[in-house]
Amino acid sequence: MIPEPKVVNTIINGDSKQILVSERDSLLEALRDRIGMTGAKEGCNNGNCGACAVIMDGRLVNSCCVMAAEVEGSEIMTVEGLASRDELHPLQTEFLDNAALQCGICTPGFLMSSYALLQENPNPTEEETRFWLAGNLCRCTGYDKIIESVLTVAKG
Amino acid sequence: MQAVNYARATDVDDAIRLLSEGGENARVLAGGTDLIVQARERKRKVDLLVDVKHVEEFMVLEFDSSTGLKVGAATPLYQVYGDNNVKINYPALVDASTVIGGKAIQGRASLGGNLGNSSPAGDSLAAMIVLGGVATIAGPNGRREVPVGEFCTGPGQNVLESGELIVYISFPPVGDGEGAAWERFIPRNEMDIAVASAGAWVKIEDGSVTDARIALGAVAATPLVASDAAEALIGRPLTDETISSAGDAASAIARPITDMRGSIKQRKHLAKILTERTIRTAVERIR
Ligand SMILES: Cc1cc2nc3c(=O)[nH]c(=O)nc-3n(C[C@H](O)[C@H](O)[C@H](O)COP(=O)(O)OP(=O)(O)OC[C@H]3O[C@@H](n4cnc5c(N)ncnc54)[C@H](O)[C@@H]3O)c2cc1C
Ligand code: FES
Ligand code: FES
Repeated sequence: MIPEPKVVNTIINGDSKQILVSERDSLLEALRDRIGMTGAKEGCNNGNCGACAVIMDGRLVNSCCVMAAEVEGSEIMTVEGLASRDELHPLQTEFLDNAALQCGICTPGFLMSSYALLQENPNPTEEETRFWLAGNLCRCTGYDKIIESVLTVAKG
Repeated sequence: MQAVNYARATDVDDAIRLLSEGGENARVLAGGTDLIVQARERKRKVDLLVDVKHVEEFMVLEFDSSTGLKVGAATPLYQVYGDNNVKINYPALVDASTVIGGKAIQGRASLGGNLGNSSPAGDSLAAMIVLGGVATIAGPNGRREVPVGEFCTGPGQNVLESGELIVYISFPPVGDGEGAAWERFIPRNEMDIAVASAGAWVKIEDGSVTDARIALGAVAATPLVASDAAEALIGRPLTDETISSAGDAASAIARPITDMRGSIKQRKHLAKILTERTIRTAVERIR
């Protein structure tokens, strides 16, 4: 049985999008392979690494664990929506200034996860930040610089 | 990913119809944090995903001090542990739902999915059992109620018949002198599968335990209702000795396996320790 192609209507980073997907596509595959939004990364493809994290209807989710067909009528925010036209988001600036990345594969996921944290809790403690980011794995940088960057941005 | 179709149920009957017509490879899709991964890794043959998240009854979170709590089978965990009534009245549910995966998992994962997946290590199961949770199941022949402690029949197996699904899980109201807690042991603080877990619910009147429920996770092929451990408490004053005998009784019914996460001996020991700890926390929480 070959699933029929399906049109999914969604809003991505504020823009209405119609995406032609296969019903077997995950949201991550739809973003990367169908519309070329390669910001979200595939690390594990099973929910453990957080590299594919995006915000769906205001909640942080792993896009590899969401079916593309599920986002019909939803609003998605990806890492591409973080910066404004001419300015990086403070989290992005701080990650750069503080060298909180090396290979960068995990960075979009950490940025989205940190963004979701600061939306919900603008003044997190170090412990709250570490727990919140526990679903994001980094295999190069070590976590201290990432945590420091988030706390620096929170302090303003 | 294997070839799979997606259907969005419009109401409970529509979900039952889609599941019945879809046959054995049609599955309910709640948060997808088990199902999508299992389908992709071909651990489970799936050809139809029946999404129930757009049907209100699967997404409720209702509390009434006289009737208790009702949690939709697909209500995401962040809503469950973020709810003030749940925090105040059912903290054992908070204990378990805040450690299932990380934030991105909790944005989607549900109690119904944890139960439907029927893993003996499903973290919310022992908590739901001790809180007296009852699953309301709907199917082609109407509705029936099954206590959470009787739901799982083996690893990944449960009492659901063809076309049936869980609509919501209800918990009785919390009375005076009652408290509950749940705890697990894992080698790190988060993002891992339990080596063992335990939940306890106690009711104390005039210094004696008048009722109790103990349940264990990850120490047998299904979550276990540890009636012997509860019996060791009931009718007795709550002393270190009675708590220890409840721990021994819990350890005695554990039938764990040895695997990469832990040995039989360690799991039996944990069944005792976690039972004792959760009894103590449950008592501290009595208002
Ligand atoms: C990275 C990661 C970490 C995790 N950590 C934990 C953990 O610490 N502890 C833990 O217990 N689990 C953990 N899990 C497993 C999973 O997140 C939980 O079991 C979760 O509760 C499943 O809920 P869901 O809504 O996503 O279910 P789904 O994946 O949508 O469904 C799970 C199963 O239940 C069935 N089902 C769903 N809803 C119903 C219903 N209403 N009626 C009948 N059947 C139904 C589905 O068909 C499927 O077979 C983890 C998963 C990942 C990916
Ligand atoms: S790629 Fe989605 S969590 Fe790792
Ligand atoms: S920078 Fe390489 S994985 Fe994080």
